[in-house]
Amino acid sequence: MTDRTTVHLEINGRAEALDIEPRVTLLDALREHLGLTGTKKGCAHGQCGACTVHVDGERVLACLTLAAQAEGRAVTTIEGLAGPNGELHPVQAAFLEYDAFQCGYCTPGQIMSAVACIREGHAGSDEEIREYMSGNLCRCGAYPHIVAAVRQAAEELTAQKQAAE
Amino acid sequence: MRDFSYHRAGSADEARRAATLPAAMLLAGGTTLLDLAKCGVTEPEQVIDISHLKGLDDIRVDAEGAYIGALARMSHVADDAGIRGQFPAVSEALWQAASQQIRNMATIGGNLMQRTRCAYFRDPATFPACNKRAPGSGCSAIGGVNRNHAILGTSGACIATYPGDLAVALTALDAMVHLGERSVAIDDFFLLPGGTPEKEHAIEPGEMITAITIPASPAARRSTYLKVRDRQSYEFAAASAAVGIELETDGRTIRDLRVALGGVATKPWRARAVEDALKGKALEPEAVRRASLLAVEGAANHGGNHYKIELAPRIVARAILNAGGAA
Repeated sequence: MTDRTTVHLEINGRAEALDIEPRVTLLDALREHLGLTGTKKGCAHGQCGACTVHVDGERVLACLTLAAQAEGRAVTTIEGLAGPNGELHPVQAAFLEYDAFQCGYCTPGQIMSAVACIREGHAGSDEEIREYMSGNLCRCGAYPHIVAAVRQAAEELTAQKQAAE
Repeated sequence: MRDFSYHRAGSADEARRAATLPAAMLLAGGTTLLDLAKCGVTEPEQVIDISHLKGLDDIRVDAEGAYIGALARMSHVADDAGIRGQFPAVSEALWQAASQQIRNMATIGGNLMQRTRCAYFRDPATFPACNKRAPGSGCSAIGGVNRNHAILGTSGACIATYPGDLAVALTALDAMVHLGERSVAIDDFFLLPGGTPEKEHAIEPGEMITAITIPASPAARRSTYLKVRDRQSYEFAAASAAVGIELETDGRTIRDLRVALGGVATKPWRARAVEDALKGKALEPEAVRRASLLAVEGAANHGGNHYKIELAPRIVARAILNAGGAA
């Protein structure tokens, strides 16, 4: 006998209701039940960061979060990052400009992690970026370009914020 | 991962009662519980979610010390200005642990409850023998690949290394673990494996960590956490040391010293022999290096982990000299 439960989620500003088993992770809810396949499944054990999403604005691992735990919280995935007219987020644009990927599988997780890293104030130097992005592995080894992209985006976002103040 | 029923607790008392049921487990950040459930190591039938409970995530620092609620997140404690100012070793141990994603999820109570686990423990399909998983079944690490296993506090039943960082800093700084109606000194909260490696914490069914407190002290204010590992970040310690130091007004005589080790023992390892050998002595590199050798008194070499016997005292000495400003 399998328990099922109704979970109400808010994904990228949209309300969703899912009838799922309690053991379903947020990652599987996104990919298998909602068709949001931008969030990737790498190791499924919290070791690679490919499944990084934001919950209430903070980066977390969707593979180690139960969908039920995300009820009542705002979830943002890579699909929710671009502007309403499709204009890329500055971190997305920087990844393109700096060619910060090879195969691209880790990229959605890298970008979600980088957006939060900059917002946390942990992107002040290359050394700090490497430390605070260490939960996102890139098997292709695109790290130097990823660090350059995050640094560029951090500078741009900081300048934008200062101009707005 | 086997299926389970899911219940969101309405209060801490309700959660504690619910968790006394057989095969029921509390869920906070979930970073260890879900990992071990996916590995088939932990098979809860009921999961009691406490992550939404209000009022258990306060972080307060005053002249007496720090109060950290059990549901405070690792990242929030690491970045707290009071913790960074009064207990730097705690902040440093936290930001050098896991990854920022995991630190945003994992709670302080859950961090203390994380299992002492080795690669054999996490892989029941390939290695059925594990005294921690199945008491009496044997230990695959003894005589196996044990480069990361413990040199201190081991038994014939288990040599798994305590993997955490935070508790090492808390052990050096004499923190207390609060379990609702009673409190336990951190050094007594973690148990040696002995003949019962499956029991790792001095906590009973029906109890739940509600908070930890850390007493303020000059040594806590002047503390540091040094962690060395095979890769620079997001890796368990090959060896680590939490050190707090207080110097006399002459600026060189050691008045108070706290030393604890991580990455080398079956529990967070207080090195009182090092402390006693150096208290009242001058902070002098050669004397510190000599005294630091006492940190590995009684260490056991299991074959792959012999390097830790040489590494750990060096880390202790470096951390003492760093904290004292003599490096």
